Amino acid sequence: MTAVTESAAADLVGSADSGTDPMVPHRYRVVRRRLETRDTVTQLLEPLDEPIPAFAPGQFAMLYAFGVGEVPISMSGDPSRVELLQHTLRNVGAVTGALCAARPGAVIGVRGPFGTSWDLNSAYGHDLVFIAGGIGLAPLRSALLQALSQRERYRRLVLLLGVRNPDELMFRKDLRSWKGLFDVDVEITVDRGAPGWRGQVGVVTTLLPQAPFDPDNAVAFVCGPEVMLRFTALGLSQRGVPAQRIRLSTERNMKCGVGLCGHCQLGPVLVCRDGPVFSYDRLAPLLHVREL
Amino acid sequence: MTDEVAGIATRLAKHPFLAGMPDVHVQALAGLARLQRWPADTRLFSEHRTADRFFLLEEGLVYIEMPIPGQEDMVLETVRGGDVLGWSWLFPPYVWHFSALTVAPTEAIVLAAAGVRERCEASPEFGYDLIRRVAGVAIQRLHAVRLRLMNLYDPTPPRR
Amino acid sequence: MVADSASPETCRPRTPTTTEGAAARAAALADVALADVALADVALADVVVLSPPGLAALANALIGDGYRLVGPTVRSEAVVLEELESADELPWGWDVDADAGRYRLRRRADRAVFAHAVGPQPWKRFLLPPASLLWRARRGESGFSVDPPEDPLPRYALFGVRSCDLAAIAVQDRVLATSAHPDSGYRGRRARSFVVAADCATPAGTCFCSSLGCGPAAAGGYDVALTEVVTGEEHLFLARAGSAAGDAVLPRLPSRPATPHDLDAARAVVGEAAQRMGRRLDPDGLPELLAAHREDPHWNEVAQRCLSCGNCTLVCPTCFCTTVVDATDVTGTVAERRRHWDSCFDLDFSYLHAGSVRASTSARYRHWISHKLGTWPEQFGTAGCVGCGRCITWCPVGIDITAEIAALRGGVPEGGGL
Repeated sequence: MTAVTESAAADLVGSADSGTDPMVPHRYRVVRRRLETRDTVTQLLEPLDEPIPAFAPGQFAMLYAFGVGEVPISMSGDPSRVELLQHTLRNVGAVTGALCAARPGAVIGVRGPFGTSWDLNSAYGHDLVFIAGGIGLAPLRSALLQALSQRERYRRLVLLLGVRNPDELMFRKDLRSWKGLFDVDVEITVDRGAPGWRGQVGVVTTLLPQAPFDPDNAVAFVCGPEVMLRFTALGLSQRGVPAQRIRLSTERNMKCGVGLCGHCQLGPVLVCRDGPVFSYDRLAPLLHVREL
Repeated sequence: MTDEVAGIATRLAKHPFLAGMPDVHVQALAGLARLQRWPADTRLFSEHRTADRFFLLEEGLVYIEMPIPGQEDMVLETVRGGDVLGWSWLFPPYVWHFSALTVAPTEAIVLAAAGVRERCEASPEFGYDLIRRVAGVAIQRLHAVRLRLMNLYDPTPPRR
Repeated sequence: MVADSASPETCRPRTPTTTEGAAARAAALADVALADVALADVALADVVVLSPPGLAALANALIGDGYRLVGPTVRSEAVVLEELESADELPWGWDVDADAGRYRLRRRADRAVFAHAVGPQPWKRFLLPPASLLWRARRGESGFSVDPPEDPLPRYALFGVRSCDLAAIAVQDRVLATSAHPDSGYRGRRARSFVVAADCATPAGTCFCSSLGCGPAAAGGYDVALTEVVTGEEHLFLARAGSAAGDAVLPRLPSRPATPHDLDAARAVVGEAAQRMGRRLDPDGLPELLAAHREDPHWNEVAQRCLSCGNCTLVCPTCFCTTVVDATDVTGTVAERRRHWDSCFDLDFSYLHAGSVRASTSARYRHWISHKLGTWPEQFGTAGCVGCGRCITWCPVGIDITAEIAALRGGVPEGGGL
């Protein structure tokens, strides 16, 4: 074995084996599990290995269920609590099913945090309007907690939440406590009422025309299924919020989370690397193209 | 103009539904309007009754609903302060298609339908302005209903 | 991209005009040398001349240094890339007849060894293997433990890499090795590799590297570059080093100094090759062209022909998409994560919740060609196509990337197409 001399390749890509492998998960133990709805759970995790770096609201992690697989899930916890991770996920397939079933004591794998954040820091001095559809509340919860911890930096805080029916409301304790705050406006609407429901009925976009914020000075943060993103962005535009101040959290198939596997392309962007949070001016020409 | 009519005209001009309407039309509407408030759980109108009025809600929350035998009334939609309630008064046979129930204490400007219709006939300019506003609201509500039809928040069928 | 200015010059595809977001990255690449004139800059003193036995000695020296020699050889009526035991296995005296959907080996009158343009397989087969183990996890007291693969990464000597493929390796370096989260397997294999480039003297009918600035001469990114000259009695390889490792190996081989006549002959070979490309692709404004044609009915027309087989993605030297498969042994105590090449033509590729985002063939073809020629610069600061022509040759129905672009531009492609 010779070849101690520098090769062209080593010169171009650096010497081998430096850095950590972004594909290897960190082990976390589930310490608490709370059933949010019939098929949705929130889990609190503590690290068994070196913890992943601190996350910013809006970023996601790849969660691994032993032998079953991995899914991208947004963090839903308080970003200032670095010792514990919190996420909220819905049982919609084999991997999310296995993860949802993980009870306190179980160990799961975590890679991350990956992607762009809601970037609340760039919204100092503005009205913050959080608009969530269904489980889209999870990544917005992190942002709202951060905004509340720095309340004086922002003007109005508004949360508009739409769910299918009252049974699908998650984070009920948080919602109750935020509703009780004099300087936060929370409006919830359901597609279909139920016995005991005394709130609004209608899709979340119907809340927009009268929601208490100043379109000239508001930043909107929207999370939910893609159709909801499109129509909410449209409603915000009609209200006069400029596209650069509408931020949307998008979803695509992801395998690696770090821009290596190519799955999450949406036209020119890689959702895992350039997103998941994008401003609407960037996304508008892409979201409205069929099968992009 | 009485003080009361003047007060109503001021409130009409402030209502989002009439935003930007020429003053002369607002004044005319004020003559056909009165203010009313109701506690929660008051029925504002019922299916198949004469639609002889409509409501510019200022405060409160109202269910638009439909009774179903053997079940709780089905709530189709809510309207609230800032919204307009009722458009069956615009077209024959002038009967309500659904029912309306207050869910919270509610305050509204109530407009007499016959007078408004007469003024629409007398002034096509006023009629066009008003019908455009009603059409705008109707389109918004139609869009919202379409979105609900597709199950907006939950495109994935739950796993059994 | 400060790092680039310090790196040796590599043959990177000429980056087409890009949309604003990538303009800065594109500008950083604007200064790369044009590969079709690179030999003009080579000084006589930097070149040695090898005979065919000298070439064999180079192969043996690399094997002796512990490299696994991989290179072209004839198998199954094609020139494939495989691990070789000696230079004897190289495709001496073969070239190819290639066109859209067509590939035939031809016997040559001479013994030229690098006259076969490129075969179906790209070198990513070794640097980014079609299937690899990422890690293995074992159930244990604390849930489970994760271990990296035990086998050491191989040290490959890539023997006879054409300029288009050098450019493709540079593209994959950009995507996989110098990104924010480099792929450790690719980077490890790549950093250990030794590259012997071969200038191209005989482009095939589907080649268009020269129109993208990726050939036919190797302009950088190699340890040793060879120019094969076959004229009458003469069969020579002009060899030049491109790195310290290349500098170290050349003196160990039987060679003679190059003469001005040798250099002229080599330049003529490469210069003529640049004129004999079977296809052409105008790179100007491709991102804008493709972005402007997202809703074009032409994609439906292509979909009438496209079988969605994914051959183009498998033979493409820059296509890097992969998927992962998680599995356990029968007892459920050992889990593995394996990575496989994936193709954007596969329905599952874009699966989200209840179905595929790109369900139609037209959307999948549009995605592939738009990624390759349109969005790659914005994503990675380099073009995604190097003009090797494999996707044209190996498309079972002969869909031609250059012809589809010409059709979008509203014209007939120059110098080829269906």
